Amino acid sequence: MSSFWNAWVWVLTLGTLVGCFILLRWCLKNFAGVEEGESMGHTFDGIEELNNPLPQWWSTFFLLTIVWAFGYIALYGLGNWTGLLGWKSSNQGILNIAESKAKTLEYLKKDSGVLVQYDREMAQADAKYGPIFEAYAARSIEDLATDSEALKVGQRLFLHNCSQCHGSDARGTTGFPNLADKDWLYGGTTEQIKESIMHGRKALGMMAWAGAVGGEEGVKEVAAYVISLSGRSVNADLAKAGKAKFGICAGCHGSDGQGSLALGLPMGAPNLSDNIWLYGGSQRAIEESIRNGRAGVMPPWSDILGEEKVHVISAYVYSLSQD
Amino acid sequence: MQNKHEKVEKNVGLFFLFTVIAISIGGLVEITPLFFQKELTTPVDNLKPYTALQMEGRDIYIREGCNNCHSQMIRPFRAETERYGHYSVAGEHVWEHPFLWGSKRTGPDLARVGGRYSDDWHIAHLIDPRSVVPESNMPSFKWLAENTLDGEITGKKLKTFNWLTRNRSHKDENGNAIPLYTQAEIDGAKDAVKGKTEMDALVAYLQSLGHALK
Repeated sequence: MSSFWNAWVWVLTLGTLVGCFILLRWCLKNFAGVEEGESMGHTFDGIEELNNPLPQWWSTFFLLTIVWAFGYIALYGLGNWTGLLGWKSSNQGILNIAESKAKTLEYLKKDSGVLVQYDREMAQADAKYGPIFEAYAARSIEDLATDSEALKVGQRLFLHNCSQCHGSDARGTTGFPNLADKDWLYGGTTEQIKESIMHGRKALGMMAWAGAVGGEEGVKEVAAYVISLSGRSVNADLAKAGKAKFGICAGCHGSDGQGSLALGLPMGAPNLSDNIWLYGGSQRAIEESIRNGRAGVMPPWSDILGEEKVHVISAYVYSLSQD
Repeated sequence: MQNKHEKVEKNVGLFFLFTVIAISIGGLVEITPLFFQKELTTPVDNLKPYTALQMEGRDIYIREGCNNCHSQMIRPFRAETERYGHYSVAGEHVWEHPFLWGSKRTGPDLARVGGRYSDDWHIAHLIDPRSVVPESNMPSFKWLAENTLDGEITGKKLKTFNWLTRNRSHKDENGNAIPLYTQAEIDGAKDAVKGKTEMDALVAYLQSLGHALK
């Protein structure tokens, strides 16, 4: 704050406080020309106005608020002065994360007499929880998945950050994968799960295929073939025509619709032969997927949660499909 | 001695004047100096102007009153930063007209919601919030998917923001202000949003939130 605005704040604040005190003193004087408690000479309906002073309790409290204000200023400061406590709620004037971190480190390093409330709160939490997460990070995900305490932490983090899409029971919903079964789009090994959470996933290539498979008729045929892959009965002629067109699907879903994971490819094309359906398994839903395409996205969490927390969540997710 | 206070009590103009002076002091001390603080007029390093589509989405956010239930202001408490990310800083909001900090959280804070969910999730959630969050009490906004934008005044909006932020934009190496939008962007704004649904715009806006502090 420039010295002008600093002076502005000081003059107005102190001026107001002193002004309030003078106003109180002035209002406590007897201006009426009548003794206190005596009649002012007005009566109305038998009610008489007396010259009563301001109530003692009221003027005392008014005075105390002024005293309180001076005490508050002394502790918390005014304008550019930081006060006796040197208190700040958080670091100010931050223009990027690096600057924010640097200011926090600076605060934690030296005993400058400044108290940054937020940094102190985070440092205290770090001292308490940091070692716990550090110990978890040093263990393998398979090992953590057998530790009920770690799983509780993982579940809590999951409920806060993942359940909005995958559901509080991790069983997903239409468009958002079930994590509690053994069917995976990008792999269910500990490394693959952690990679999915850390860096996110983006389904590649399921564009709108209606044109490529020959319009609405083609969509029906391919859908019939896809339905037949999981053993359901369909119109055999439609399925046969669909099979002939399935070649363009096989690039990602595999020649038998076994999915990209079975082929060791990273595009997240589901297994079509297992009767587990991310976007619904009805004829209509499957036709919709072929007609308009699908593109599921898992956002990356490394920047939001950090690796240590992702490690614990990974253990929780991994544990869901182990029995 | 005459009671001088009686003059104030019996003269409404005078009473009004003194009242205005009394209640303005708080604002003069706490608000006025902020307009002249460098840190409140300097954008954070990575602050980017809204694209034409995001700008339209922002107006839909305002129109639908999202800010009545969602704040965009993460306070510096661990309880908030653990859930929402780094606390909000002044430089992230210097181009906001009006700011959308909100004052009440019926739903969660959205200051850093960008990138936390997929576009698909936002669309599913706006059409039927309970399809993805069963305990949600958010209303459905399904008409957004049906309304399309014509972009008639999108260019004007961008131009207006150039003017509103003229003293608070990024500076080039010579210290000259860089306007938020080039003339080409203003001219192209209509085509950039025309035919898009309000849903597209709102999701684009939501996905843009919170990336400025890096």
